[in-house]
Amino acid sequence: MSKTSRTIVTMPATAKKGEILEIRIIVQHDMESGFRHTETGQRIPRDIIRDFRCTYNGVEVFRVELHPAMGANPLIVFTTTATESGTLEFKWSGDNGYASSTTSTLTVT
Amino acid sequence: MTITRRTFVLSAAAASVLPALNAFATVDEATQAVDKILSGRSAQVGRVTLEIPPLVENGNLVTMKVSVQSPMTEADYVRTIHIVAEGNPLPNVVSFFLSPRSGRAAVTTRIRLGDSQRVRAIAQMNDGSFWQGDAATLVTLAACTEV
Repeated sequence: MSKTSRTIVTMPATAKKGEILEIRIIVQHDMESGFRHTETGQRIPRDIIRDFRCTYNGVEVFRVELHPAMGANPLIVFTTTATESGTLEFKWSGDNGYASSTTSTLTVT
Repeated sequence: MTITRRTFVLSAAAASVLPALNAFATVDEATQAVDKILSGRSAQVGRVTLEIPPLVENGNLVTMKVSVQSPMTEADYVRTIHIVAEGNPLPNVVSFFLSPRSGRAAVTTRIRLGDSQRVRAIAQMNDGSFWQGDAATLVTLAACTEV
C-alpha cells in the first residue's frame, strides 16, 4: 500500500457567519485490522490510519483517534461553525508512514 | 510458494487454532477500557444517543451515529466522545475530540463489529463529567471471521 491515498471532502463552498457546516470526509484505505490471516495461516500485519485532524485557518477544530475497528475507507461526518473565510485543512496519518492531506476553501458572508 | 496438500492441511490446522489465540474481548476487557477512559470517575446515563441499526447484515461496515445533547458553547461543550464495543477483539473503536467550534455534538462514521453485542458511547463534557449511552445490535455476518 502506498504511503498516501485518495481523499474526498464534501462541504459547502460558501456559508453565512455562524452557520453550522456539515463536512463529510472519506479517505481510501484498507484499514487492515491485524486480525486477518492469509490462506497459509500467516497473520496480515496491522496497517491502519491512526489519526485525523481538521484545522480551520490553522486552529484545530476536530480530531479523531482511529482504532482497528474502523471500517475500510474511513468515512467521518462532522460539523464545524463558520467563523471567517479561509481554508480548512484535513490531515490523516497512520502506520508505515502513511500521511495524506487536502484543503478546502470556505467563503463566509 | 505452491500450496501442496500437506502445507494446506497444516495451515488449515494453524488457522483453526489462531483465532482462539486472539480471542474476542470479553465484557471485562471493555469495562477495563471504559475505566481507563473514566480514570476513576463515574459516568451518568443519559444525554448520549448512539444509533446503530438493530440488525446488521455485514459487520464489516456498520453506520453508526453518535450525538450528545449539549449547547456547544464556550461555557458548556462536549470535549470527547469514545466508542467502546464489548464484543470486538479490541474494545476501543474510535475517539472524537470536539470543541465549542463544532457547533453540534454529532458525528457519523462506519465501524466494524465482530459479534452481536452492546456498543457503548462515553462522552466527557468540558466540566469533566461523563455521560454514557449504548445500543445493542445483532450482527449476522461478523467482521474478523474471515481467515
